[in-house]
Amino acid sequence: MIRLIDDNNPKAFSLLKQLYPHSGNAFIIGITGSPGVGKSTLIDALIFEFRKLDLKIAVIAVDPTSPFSGGAILGDRLRMQRHASDEKVFIRSMASRGQKGGLSRATKDAAIVLSAMGYEIIIIETVGAGQAEFDIASVAHSIGIVTIPGTGDGIQAVKAGILEIGDIFIVNKNDRPDAQAAVLELKMMLSMRNSNTLGQILNQAPRDKFEICPQKGCSTWAPRVLKTIAQNGTGVKELADTFLSHFDFMKKNNILDLKKKELERIYFNSLLKDLAMGKIELFMQESMDFKDALNQIEAGLVDPITAAEHVVNHLMVTRNLKVQDN
Amino acid sequence: METKNKIRVLIAKPGLDGHDKGAKIVALALRDAGMEVIYSGLHQTLDQIIQTATQEAVDVIGLSIMSGAHLPICEKLMTMMKEKGLEDICLTVGGVIPHQDIPRLKQIGVSAVFPGGTSFEDIVFGMNKLFE
Ligand code: B12
Ligand SMILES: Nc1nc2c(ncn2[C@@H]2O[C@H](COP(=O)(O)OP(=O)(O)OP(=O)(O)O)[C@@H](O)[C@H]2O)c(=O)[nH]1
Ligand SMILES: [Mg+2]
Repeated sequence: MIRLIDDNNPKAFSLLKQLYPHSGNAFIIGITGSPGVGKSTLIDALIFEFRKLDLKIAVIAVDPTSPFSGGAILGDRLRMQRHASDEKVFIRSMASRGQKGGLSRATKDAAIVLSAMGYEIIIIETVGAGQAEFDIASVAHSIGIVTIPGTGDGIQAVKAGILEIGDIFIVNKNDRPDAQAAVLELKMMLSMRNSNTLGQILNQAPRDKFEICPQKGCSTWAPRVLKTIAQNGTGVKELADTFLSHFDFMKKNNILDLKKKELERIYFNSLLKDLAMGKIELFMQESMDFKDALNQIEAGLVDPITAAEHVVNHLMVTRNLKVQDN
Repeated sequence: METKNKIRVLIAKPGLDGHDKGAKIVALALRDAGMEVIYSGLHQTLDQIIQTATQEAVDVIGLSIMSGAHLPICEKLMTMMKEKGLEDICLTVGGVIPHQDIPRLKQIGVSAVFPGGTSFEDIVFGMNKLFE
C-alpha cells in the first residue's frame, strides 16, 4: 500500500481516503539529528522498550535520495534488524526521492496507512539536513532531537532553528567524554528559548509548530534533555517513558487535539498545493504562452523572470482569476 | 520522474557467511544506477528476509551467498515466498556460484544469477531487464 504512495500511484488517493477515518489514533514520534548521531540505533532500542509494554510499533525511516542517480541506499533498517521477525514491529524505509509535496506529504501518507493498520506508535526517522527536520514537525506529535557530545560544541550540533521544534533533546553516545557539558549547554540554550524576549524572536521561525501551543491557560511542556547510550540501551527506558509522558501531557492539556487539527490543516494545504499545482503546471505547459516564452528565453529575447510573470499573468487574465497581491 | 517507478531491491546475506564486500559494493552500484536499495546486513534468517521484503515492498530480493549453500537456500526461500504470496518478487543471487549450478537455480525459480566476476554493467543491465 505504501508502495503505491511512494510511486505516486493514482490508486493511492482512493486508498488513503478509505483509510483516513481509521487513522487518528497513533502517537507519532519524530526523531531527527545530524548524520551518524545514532538515530537508527536509538530507535532500535526504543522499539525494544515499547515492545516491553506490548505496543505495536511502526517505523518510517527516511534516507536521502542521491540527487545524481536518483537511487538510494536505505541503511537505517540495518540497525533495527533484531526486530525483523517480530510481527508487531513494522519497519519501512523510504527514500526522500524528489517527493512532489516534499517529505512531509510522503511520510504523512505512510503514517495514515500504518495508523489505520493499528500501529499504536509510529516513529519517523529523518536526517537533520536542510528542510527535513522542519518537515517532520508537520507530521509528528512529539519530536526528539538527537545530538552527540564532543563534536566541537553542542550548539553546533543543534542547528539554528531546530531548538524550537524539539520536545525532547537526546544526547546520545553518552559513553563518550563531555556528555555532561553537552547536556548543560543544551539546557542553557533551552532556558533561553523559554525566556520571554528571546522566546518571542525564536517563536517567529517555524510557524507551524508555534501557532499550536501553548494556548493561554494550558500549561506548557518544558523540553527535556536526556542522556543515552543507544548501543547498549542505557537511558532508553527513560526516553521511552518521557515520550509517553509527553503524549499523556498533551492529551491531558488538550494540546494533542489542537496539534492534530493543526497538522490536519497543514496536510490539507500540502494536498491542495500538490493537486492544484500538478494540474496548473500541466495546463500552463500546454499553453502557447508557455512555448513562446521558452523560445524567447532560449533566443535571449526575454529574461526568465519576466517570462514567468507574463505566463502566469496571462493565465490569470484569460481565465478570469483575480487574487489580491500582497 | 514520477511516472517511472523506481526499482526497490533488498540485498540480504543469509546464514553465517560473513563475506559482505560484494553485497555492499553491489548495493552502491545499484544505487548509482538509480535504484532504491535496502541493505539488511549479515546473518539474516530466511524468515527475516521474507518479513523485510514484505514490509519494504521490494521488487527484487538479491541474495549474496559465498558459502556454497546457494542451492538449498534459494530452494527454501522460493518455497517460503510462494507460501507468503510473494511470487511477484524476483529472486536473484550473486556470490561464489559455480556455473554448472546456474541451470538448477533457474529451475528453482531464481530470476537471475550474478556469479563472482560479473561486471557492474551486466548486473545493472540484468536487473533492469527483469522489469522490461
Ligand atoms: C575477501 C575474502 C574474504 C574476506 C572477507 C572480507 C569481507 N568482509 O567481505 C575474509 C578474509 C574475512 C574471508 C574470510 C573467509 N573466507 Co573468504 N574469500 C574472500 C575472497 C578472496 C574474495 C571475496 C570478495 O570480497 N570478492 C570481491 C567481491 C566484489 O566479489 P563477490 O563477493 O563475488 O561479488 C561479485 C558477484 O558475486 C556479484 N554479487 C555478489 N553478491 C551479490 C548480490 C547481488 C544481489 C547481486 C546482484 C550480485 C552479487 O557481484 C560482485 C561483482 O561481480 C573469496 C574468493 C573469491 N574468489 O570469491 C574468498 C572465499 C569466498 N572465502 C572462502 C572461505 C572458505 C573463507 C573462510 C571460511 C576461511 C576460513 N577458513 O576462515 C572465512 C569465512 C569468513 C566468514 N565469517 O564467513 C571461500 C568460500 C568457499 C566456498 N564457497 O565453498 C572463498 C571462495 C575462497 C576459496 N576459493 O576457497 N574471506
Ligand atoms: N559509542 C557509541 N556509538 C554509538 C551509539 N549509538 C550509536 N552509535 C554508533 O554510531 C554509528 C551511527 O549510528 P546510526 O544509528 O546509524 O546513526 P544515524 O543517526 O541513524 O545515522 P544516519 O541515518 O546515517 O544519519 C553506528 O556505528 C553506531 O553503532 C552510542 O550510544 N555510543
Ligand atoms: Mg539512520
